Amino acid sequence: MTRKRAPFALLALLVLLALLALLAPAPSLRALGVAAPDGDFARIMRLLREHPHRRARFTERQHLAVLDRPLEVTGELLYDAPDRLEERLLRPRRESVLVDGDRLTVTRGKHRRVLDLTRYPPIATLIESIRATLAGDAAALSRSFTVDFSGDVARWTLRLTPRPAALARRVALIRIDGARGALLRVEIRETDGDRSSMRIEDEAR
Amino acid sequence: MNRRNTVPLALWLAALAVAGCFAVRARYVADLSALLPAQPTRAQRLLADLLRSGPASTSILIAIDGADGEARARASRALAARLRRDGAFTAVLNGDPTAAARDRRFIFDHRYVLSDAITAAHFTAAHLHTAIERTIDELATPAGPWLKSLLPRDPTGEVERIADRWGSGGGPAIRHGVWSSPTGDRALLIAITRSSGSDTDGQSRALVAIRRAFRGTGAGLRLRLSGPPVFAVAARARIERSVLRLSVLGGALIVALLLVVYRSPVAVLLGLLPVLTGALVGVGAVAAVFGTVQGVTLGFGVTLIGEAVDYAIYFFIQSGDGGGAGWRQRFWPTVRLGALTSICGFATLLPTGFPGLAQLGIYSISGLAAAALTTRFVLPIVAPRQLRLRDVAPLGRALRRRIPRRIIAHTLAASFAIVSLATLVLAHGGAWNHDLAALSPVSAADQRLDASLRADLGAADVRDIVVARGADRQAALRGAERADAALRTLVGAGVIAGFESPADYLPSRAVQRARRRSLPDAPTLAANLRRATAQLPLRDQRLAHFVADVEAARHAPALTSADLAGTSLGVAFDRLMLRRSDGWIALLPLRAPIVGGRAAPIDLRRVRAVLGGAADAFDLKAEAEALYSGYLHKALRASAAGFVAIALLLWVALRSPRRALRVLAPPMLAVLTIAAALSLAGEKLTILHLVGMLLIVAIGSNYALFFERHCGPDDGATIGSLAVANAATVIGFGLLALAGVPVLRDLGMTVAPGALLAFLFSALIARREPRMAAAHG
Repeated sequence: MTRKRAPFALLALLVLLALLALLAPAPSLRALGVAAPDGDFARIMRLLREHPHRRARFTERQHLAVLDRPLEVTGELLYDAPDRLEERLLRPRRESVLVDGDRLTVTRGKHRRVLDLTRYPPIATLIESIRATLAGDAAALSRSFTVDFSGDVARWTLRLTPRPAALARRVALIRIDGARGALLRVEIRETDGDRSSMRIEDEAR
Repeated sequence: MNRRNTVPLALWLAALAVAGCFAVRARYVADLSALLPAQPTRAQRLLADLLRSGPASTSILIAIDGADGEARARASRALAARLRRDGAFTAVLNGDPTAAARDRRFIFDHRYVLSDAITAAHFTAAHLHTAIERTIDELATPAGPWLKSLLPRDPTGEVERIADRWGSGGGPAIRHGVWSSPTGDRALLIAITRSSGSDTDGQSRALVAIRRAFRGTGAGLRLRLSGPPVFAVAARARIERSVLRLSVLGGALIVALLLVVYRSPVAVLLGLLPVLTGALVGVGAVAAVFGTVQGVTLGFGVTLIGEAVDYAIYFFIQSGDGGGAGWRQRFWPTVRLGALTSICGFATLLPTGFPGLAQLGIYSISGLAAAALTTRFVLPIVAPRQLRLRDVAPLGRALRRRIPRRIIAHTLAASFAIVSLATLVLAHGGAWNHDLAALSPVSAADQRLDASLRADLGAADVRDIVVARGADRQAALRGAERADAALRTLVGAGVIAGFESPADYLPSRAVQRARRRSLPDAPTLAANLRRATAQLPLRDQRLAHFVADVEAARHAPALTSADLAGTSLGVAFDRLMLRRSDGWIALLPLRAPIVGGRAAPIDLRRVRAVLGGAADAFDLKAEAEALYSGYLHKALRASAAGFVAIALLLWVALRSPRRALRVLAPPMLAVLTIAAALSLAGEKLTILHLVGMLLIVAIGSNYALFFERHCGPDDGATIGSLAVANAATVIGFGLLALAGVPVLRDLGMTVAPGALLAFLFSALIARREPRMAAAHG
């Protein structure tokens, strides 16, 4: 995803943030996005909504305690608003992980598995963290997560803490970094210390 | 009472007592076996078994509508909990997570006997490497965080493989933790009754229990039930309600009519004696011969002996002036010939090779004979001495005067015959409906609800099924496993989309043993693992649990159906295994391939070809149609033979083909006209229409016989009695034509107009004494 530096806007934002910090009794900007519709969070959501179709390359590294070395896959990420998201793995193997509505389809060669996500609510919620972010759907995000927004429009971070117990048991935090309407990195931290980190680059629109 | 009266009365009472004894001790059954031929094919027996005790026959589909998803889910959980405590149900499924967790636990614990991938080769270093690598790959999917914990104990992914195979049919969607329609606006459950599909009383109690348990589960919620048990109970209730309502109304009208004529309530009551005697003797005779009595026999049989109602009317009115002795001399021979005619006609039902039709034959023959004998020997004794009847002779004379001249009458009758025949020929001989569904009293709205619930549950009506038989459960399971291997090739070829097998849930002991034997011992497995994981990010030391689990599985006792208890896999297994008197059968329902978004028919020839002799494959819908169609066909053939028999009897009895024709023509014309009218109205003819036509012939031939013998100027009372009897028949069956239940409506629509036409044609074709004809001329 392209990163555009906007120094003046950044400066203005810093001033604004400082003012807000003075006004707000809370030390952080927690939950600001939902409370203040004109804030950066709302602007980011608007910017995200401006891209209903996305295509980007990604590299994902998984660090699992049970494995000696991290797993790394690279591929393409395709998104079509509102609820179609596909991870197309290119290396080390060709594979497609497609989420369309409530169906998760994993295709590996001729082998295909379909999972009805309504039967696996925690998996559905985990997917929703990324899908709702791409859709710029603040309401959907705050339904399933405690949303913590930081940064500014040019460079922002969403920290999503799962609300449903079933997901919270496994996943401690989902951290999404982005710049304006582009996602840069998605990190999932599990409660047992395992984590996966997906780097997104070269988003072509 | 003198001795001459004592003997018939004693005989009559003895007959009633004997028949009553048999009737009380008989077993009454209401299922498809009524339509089975004496030597049913395997497919036909299977069909009857499935309808009686197949998986669908005990499944009640439950939907909860209204309020919001949270409230529906709460209601679903409360309803399921209450029903699970009720002994009327063997299982209640609603997709709740505790049941799913129990299932997963069971799969995990028994993965090395349940997984079809378990062979000796599965545990070589090369295979282990591939399997473990694939399991690790799986971690990159969104399900990764949940699959991860299984990795050290199930590195070859057996749990996923088993779940994949079982889940391939796709279960219902889950909303708020319970089964739901895909759109999420309706919670769904399946309750399985303990009582079998043929136990309508038991199923009725189960439905009441569900409705009671649903009360108080939440405001604004609506319960909807469907499935074969619901249909069976509703159908019986509807028929009972209709029959009760119509017979009360019809009975009141007929009693009023008879009261006007007889002017004696006692006579009205006594008039029921012949038909009641006939009904009881008929049941007793069937029970004595067969032991069991089909519901169909009762229903059709009572209709067929409907002419017995007329006997009492003839007796009372015709013997009005002359007394009993005069009636015996003058009219009894006519009634006797009429009864013999009907008996002769029904006798052709006996040798059809269908026990159901034979029962009908025995019922109607014994019933009619008993009714006729009661009229002849009992009624004269018990009838009131001073019966002051209304004089119906003027009515009879008036009717007689309205009979047109012979040339006009015969032209009229002939033109009816020609028009009806032409209509039938143009309509290709009256279309017979061979679809069993035509007899179904299930309303279209209920069928739509059922279809929508089935779609929501992903539980399509099973149409094609593979059946493996065995002397015992293990043999049947082994048969299912042999079929399994063959059917997999068809899934690959796209002939079928998939199938379910009881051996998926509980493999035969032989297969379990083979799988256990192919598991390597701990040192071998450890050595293989070391080589397999050399290039993988998973160290073999982390897989110690796996080695221990495999070692434990090698020595585990065989899995039995008792181990499945309490899991939904146990429910699925029990439903696919049927116990029969001569062994067990395993059912393997096939799923049709989806072509262009809809289910395409399965090519059963290809299924049978791959199965060889290992198992049979059936199209249940086609078999059901063939079964009914065969029954209907036999009944039609028997009716045609009966017609020939009647013609011969009349020829002999009347000693003249002309006179025989005069008696035969009116009922046949009536039947022809009715058939043509039904055909013009677009009605497809069913077995009920046929039964109705048989009754038209039975009643109509009596009319014709009377008109043929007693149509003189002094026979006003005789013709009047026919008119009264006809009015009673038309009233009784005319009301049935208004019934909402198709089977009753078909019967009423045939008999009411048919009886009237038979009466009118009898009058038209009647031979009049020359004096009368001259008076007209």
